[in-house]
Amino acid sequence: MAKLDTLLAQAGSWWDEKTGAVSMPIYQTATFKHPALGQSTGYDYSRSGNPTRQVLEELMAKIEGGCRGFAFSSGLAAIDCVLQLFKAGDTILFSEDLYGGTYRLMEKLYSDRGVRAVYTDTSDVKNVEVLMNNQVKAIFIETPTNPLLKCADISSISKLAKKYGALTIVDNTFLTPYLQKPFDFGADITVYSATKYLAGHNDVLAGIAVVKSPEIAEKIYFYQNAIGAVLSPFDSWLVLRGLKTLSIRLQKQQANAKKVATYLRSHDSVKRVYYPGVGAMISFEVESLSVVKQVLERVKVFMFAESLGGVESLITFPKVQTHADIAEAVLERLGINERLLRISVGIEDVDDLIEDLETALG
Amino acid sequence: MRYKSKILHSGAEKDPYTGASSIPIYQTSTFAQDDPVKFGKYEYARGSNPTRDALEETIAVLEGGEKGSAFSSGMAAISSVFMLFKPGDHIVVGEDVYGGTYRVLTTIFKQWQLQSTFVDSTDIDAINSAIKPETKAIYVETPSNPVLKITDLKAVASLAKEKGLFAITDNTFMTPYLQRPIELGFDIVIHSATKFLGGHSDLIAGLTVAAYKELGDKLSFIQRAFGAILGPQDSWLVLRGIKTLSARMDIQQKSAENIANWLKEQEGIKDVYYPTLQGHRGRETHLKQASGGGAVVSFELESEELTLEFLKSVKLMLLAVSLGGVESILSYPATMSHAAMPEKERQRRGISNSLVRLSVGLEDPEDLKEDIYQALKNIL
Repeated sequence: MAKLDTLLAQAGSWWDEKTGAVSMPIYQTATFKHPALGQSTGYDYSRSGNPTRQVLEELMAKIEGGCRGFAFSSGLAAIDCVLQLFKAGDTILFSEDLYGGTYRLMEKLYSDRGVRAVYTDTSDVKNVEVLMNNQVKAIFIETPTNPLLKCADISSISKLAKKYGALTIVDNTFLTPYLQKPFDFGADITVYSATKYLAGHNDVLAGIAVVKSPEIAEKIYFYQNAIGAVLSPFDSWLVLRGLKTLSIRLQKQQANAKKVATYLRSHDSVKRVYYPGVGAMISFEVESLSVVKQVLERVKVFMFAESLGGVESLITFPKVQTHADIAEAVLERLGINERLLRISVGIEDVDDLIEDLETALG
Repeated sequence: MRYKSKILHSGAEKDPYTGASSIPIYQTSTFAQDDPVKFGKYEYARGSNPTRDALEETIAVLEGGEKGSAFSSGMAAISSVFMLFKPGDHIVVGEDVYGGTYRVLTTIFKQWQLQSTFVDSTDIDAINSAIKPETKAIYVETPSNPVLKITDLKAVASLAKEKGLFAITDNTFMTPYLQRPIELGFDIVIHSATKFLGGHSDLIAGLTVAAYKELGDKLSFIQRAFGAILGPQDSWLVLRGIKTLSARMDIQQKSAENIANWLKEQEGIKDVYYPTLQGHRGRETHLKQASGGGAVVSFELESEELTLEFLKSVKLMLLAVSLGGVESILSYPATMSHAAMPEKERQRRGISNSLVRLSVGLEDPEDLKEDIYQALKNIL
């Protein structure tokens, strides 16, 4: 099989045999004409399947090493669809510094339905082990976590999950299959906000789920089609277009991030830097809220906006933006406080990024 | 302003920043902020996006509601509405609802312990007797899909009001151009905007409109939290479709009425269903609550065998799932729109194996009639 870079560069390029189009056509259609009654071209209605979306779904399955991929209208729609696998009475263990949207989904929607969420520091498998019982049907981790970038050992977590017959679900948004392939370490399902690195241009909202087993794939497909939170053909095409440059973007972003992290560690008014050495996300703590305000007001190259993973560098204030739905006391305990900033390092010239931070921090 | 003008001038039709007469496609995921704690109107595009906003405002104005929300499909809109309810709640549902609605209720939401009872919603007493202490809403479609049964919207709305329930309707077949349920007392209106609102068979989209802000805010919360939002490109396409809604509907409806009357006279056609057809059950009620019959005609042939032959013999009309586009689409509910419904349930609702549904497009109606005529001649 072709290697990752080749698969990415040629995403969708071999599909259109009729015209030879090197770029995947955007099938902007709701429905498909049947050749005759009882016959189908394989496509009936775009909610159930659309060629542009399908090429994206297949590519994701391939680069992840899964059996089937699914594309959704947002990362949260992808996560919701995966959570449909669980029932009242089930427990899911989550990484505690989880994306605020996933937390909100559990606390505001799934808890009413009787699905219990338990949060723990998954960077140490022992914390997970003590919480395991027969009600636990899945361990849902982010690694590195958002925003504190704690890393979990996917391999030992998935072994533990298997022992209890639970699924291992990894939100792999921060690293993508280019830097981390959770299925190689025993995970069963990966989910993505494809809005981030996969698409990479801060221009589209999308979600992806990839599953390893055909039985789970069948269920997820049923939920995707029945609930209908599908990704449109145009946005599927934008994600495909983004994927073509995934590896070169991430290489550059990661190289920039390493330099920015080194710079931040050397800065006097930065109290703490969170960077796992891989990927392009960095969080850092400054002395006070007034420094946070100063930084956010002074930045000229970094854009102050929610989201991450694009070619443009963004700076985010997690406590009030991405994690606003998590209870104050929990945030404080985790270290997601009013002094924490998160940056998503883009592909600008790294000297401009460092200079910008220098001016902002003063 | 008269309604046809309102379709083009809902207040959200131009870009407030540049005056562009077509709303820009804001193909962005996020919006840069000026202030660390006081954010601008737009923050992250799942929450809101100016292109999607324009569509949401437009549909709210056209339905006469307070707040619109746009979703990635009609089913995503419907599922999001059902997410308003909690385990243990109960809803009374018209038994002729779209097959996908039936599926999501009887599988996914049933698993989440949202109970539903399906009743013949053309009979207000049947709805009334299905109401239980846990009932929270009545959900209907009129005209129904595909046999175009008529439910009295005013009667449903007043029953709902009397019992303290939400009245919800899927207005896909009529669009607000022909029928405005909120004006008749409904709380939530839903659309598969894939159909007449988009109108070109080129996108998948869903819309909801809440009659009052508080309910609209709840739907916006679900939309944001659950994330089944409509992308900016598709939001723009729906807006573009809405611009020609009245022109398309006028022609499609005129052709549909013409074809329905003509079909009644044709040999080999056992039954014709069209809301304003003389003798159609519920016709008077329909005319009270809608300004026309719409553009969907269903008809029944003599047998399953002949129906299958008929569908194989048509040349001009597309054989496909979906409806509401500028192209005429012929579909076979038994294996298409209502395939998700068990055969027994389907038969009981009059959706037989010899039923055909025609969504009349903008072609010359004489061409459509000729196509049907040659197909009938071929099989008889």
